[in-house]
Amino acid sequence: MTTAAPETGAVQVVGEVLSVKRSGRYHHLTLVAPGVPERFRPGTFVAVTVGGAMAETTLRRALPVHRVRATGAYGGTVECVFEATDAGTRWLAAAAPGTPVDVVGPLGRPFALPKEPVTCVLVGHGCASAPLFSLAERLRERDCPVHMLLGAETEAGLFGALEARRATRGVTVATADGSVGLRGGVVDALPDLLTRTGADVVYAAGPADVLHGVALAAETHGAWSQTAVDVPHGCGTGLCLTCVLPVVGEDGGTRMVRACTEGPVFRGDRVRWRDLGGVPADARGAS
Amino acid sequence: MSGADLATDLAGMHLTSPVLTAAGCGGRELAPFTDLAALGAVVTRTVTLDAQAGSPPPRVAETPSGLLHATGAQNPGLQGFLATELPWYGQQGVRVVVSISAGSLAEYGELARRLATASGIGAVEVHLAVPDAYQTGKVLNVVRRDLPRGTTVLAKLAPGGDVVDQARAAVDNGADAVVLCQGFPAMVLDPVTLRPVLGAGGGLLSGPAVHALALRCVWDVHAALPDVPVVGVGGIRSGFDALAMLLAGATAVQLGSVLLRDPSAATRIRHELLDELDRRDLDSAADAVGLAHQQPEGSSR
Repeated sequence: MTTAAPETGAVQVVGEVLSVKRSGRYHHLTLVAPGVPERFRPGTFVAVTVGGAMAETTLRRALPVHRVRATGAYGGTVECVFEATDAGTRWLAAAAPGTPVDVVGPLGRPFALPKEPVTCVLVGHGCASAPLFSLAERLRERDCPVHMLLGAETEAGLFGALEARRATRGVTVATADGSVGLRGGVVDALPDLLTRTGADVVYAAGPADVLHGVALAAETHGAWSQTAVDVPHGCGTGLCLTCVLPVVGEDGGTRMVRACTEGPVFRGDRVRWRDLGGVPADARGAS
Repeated sequence: MSGADLATDLAGMHLTSPVLTAAGCGGRELAPFTDLAALGAVVTRTVTLDAQAGSPPPRVAETPSGLLHATGAQNPGLQGFLATELPWYGQQGVRVVVSISAGSLAEYGELARRLATASGIGAVEVHLAVPDAYQTGKVLNVVRRDLPRGTTVLAKLAPGGDVVDQARAAVDNGADAVVLCQGFPAMVLDPVTLRPVLGAGGGLLSGPAVHALALRCVWDVHAALPDVPVVGVGGIRSGFDALAMLLAGATAVQLGSVLLRDPSAATRIRHELLDELDRRDLDSAADAVGLAHQQPEGSSR
């Protein structure tokens, strides 16, 4: 059964696991999810059920989308990369091919694409980098020069460094322990890259401290930043109010907004990074 | 082809279906996945007089077969709700029950007075945070006094105290029906920090884990007060779960956490309920209400 969402473009489909492959410390999941690829835009995500029909788990797991294929032997497929960190994602990592999974997606607001062919830097940390690759393709279609900056704590935590070399004009890698690439974090390496490339837009996906650093570096260099914020989701559709974060609106006031419906991509200069995980005293009710 | 009649009368309010959404679990967000107009009604998220930013995250934690939540009633306030959300429901032809909560009797009164002049409201559901019959009576008295006679008033009771006493106090003071019940006070500790998982500390437990508890509340109130209309809510995730609430004495049911897992569950459960009624040769949902209280013929139980 497919239930269509005319407003958001999301659909709810009973899909199935096509494959789960190890990718370093991460899992690369391919789901058959007809209807989702056609509606996909980079930065959006899917929310999947875990645990099967008799599951104790009551919430969905939100997974950023790495890549989609609209056609193929199995129909439309969606690829996601994730780290198994709890019972739900561990179940997903161990799911056999053919396991039915209810999929809702694509959800959320995607990365905003530039109208002009401007230089872009894409910054990713760990497996959060996964959504940046389909973004890079869309940017190249618009003749935007694309540079990628990937980082992790160690070499084992890097995702997509080889793929990035094929997909972009230049790749910079940074690891905290210096096991590969520059020693340090992506935020340390970003200012030099922005100076060298003269980038107009920075896209980023990773933990909040990385995104905060990226947003500040972009602002310093006069570039726009678009950040995909990774916060826990409960449903992905806007009902549960789990994924709220404080964001400054057009009027200058702060509201607790939902990352699933108003995000997950936000302008980096709009998020109150220091207040993530709390509710600022001046925040008003969300929309 | 299902032949059972789902239309029901809830305290004078005609509903085309006994399946409603629960406060905070249904709204515009569900419209892409389910036909809201085919539901008996949509209960809005709980609205307070002033806008509230809500509780600090984390706000939700999974428990075995359950869901612990503490959103802190994040909402745009009554003025924001009336300006932005209520008109949308009217445009969609959705019957709306407005859930309200306040910190004082004066605030409850103000909410009721301002809702009295708003158009497009089918009913008001009063969210009662404390399982106390005396307080329940006082709140309902204030709300009922300031709402038009034609507006149905539902009292959503808090579990923990004597639910029959609370239900009696609510209807004695003007409630037309009781909603049984809210989530159950609960807590989850983090194995790493050894502290509560939720930012607010404790929360309310919902989901399949509480279905049997909520069913008992419905049963007890219907047994003691058979003339009081009851709305059953708590852990419903299938047509039979909904039917069970009707059999225990509920006139209607509300869906909560199941909608977070399955945004099209309202449509599915409505169809499953029809099948459950047909399978048992029940002509209507109303015929099932309280049926489990009747002793089988020949039984001495």
